[in-house]
Amino acid sequence: MKHEDKHISSYASLAIVLAVLLFLTAFSVWITGFHFGAFTVAVALIIACVKVATVLINFMHLKFENLFLKLLVTGVFVMFALVVVLTFVDYYFR
Amino acid sequence: MSVHNTHAEHIDSETGKLGMWIFLFTELFLFGGLFLVYAVFRAKYSAEFHIAAGELNAFIGTMNTVFLLVSSMTVAMSLTAIQKGDRKLALFLVLVTILLAALFMVNKYFEWSHKFEYGIYPGSEVLKNMSHGELLFFGLYYMMTGLHALHVLVGMVLLSINVVKIKSGSVNSNHYLMLENSALYWHLVDLIWIFLFPLLYLIT
Repeated sequence: MKHEDKHISSYASLAIVLAVLLFLTAFSVWITGFHFGAFTVAVALIIACVKVATVLINFMHLKFENLFLKLLVTGVFVMFALVVVLTFVDYYFR
Repeated sequence: MSVHNTHAEHIDSETGKLGMWIFLFTELFLFGGLFLVYAVFRAKYSAEFHIAAGELNAFIGTMNTVFLLVSSMTVAMSLTAIQKGDRKLALFLVLVTILLAALFMVNKYFEWSHKFEYGIYPGSEVLKNMSHGELLFFGLYYMMTGLHALHVLVGMVLLSINVVKIKSGSVNSNHYLMLENSALYWHLVDLIWIFLFPLLYLIT
């Protein structure tokens, strides 16, 4: 199989993605230094989700993949989020 | 009828990649289950988890995060290099990735042995005398980071196979599915660490 139709990520774009990821890491270390309880946890997890999305879309080339795979990956993460929500509903309201 | 080597020529990279993604989904749910256990116990024993997480060295955790993020970039770049036909650069970048993975493991070694010195390891007397919540925290800490470290080692083996294949030329600018899938696996190792890092080291 030839890969003529494949999109090749440029070195520069990958380096920019790394810079963004390192910035987000530094930001999450800095923000969790303040102890705001549940707020800190929420912010740290939101930053982690942004970082994961950045890796999936750029490093794992999801933005160049077909719609089927995009939906599949999104679906898996939505499914996991539902499992988390249902578990906590069960834990708090049983 | 001529049955030439048409069989060997046919490599369906799209299907091969889809298979890898489906495997990665199972990996996500493997770690997802552990994250869920962690989340529920954290909600139940928040004060004890707070004390126990304070024992972890956030600096080492941050350093390891940087190693994995950089290695994720180098492996993505090695794919770019092989696609452009630059085998030498691809080889160099895969080797850098393996080196960064090794540095991660060295860090992990020092982190764990430091805990062992204080008698904090599964089944130790110190741990048995701790509160139930702290015991759960360290149990989950060793389970999650241990399973993750195992994935780092598997990733290193996969990348080493790629080194051999790039050298021999069987991974080249036309056939690079092996490197592509190994890179996907390596990014997964990075993804899991991105969640582990704030959960264990930052949210104390």
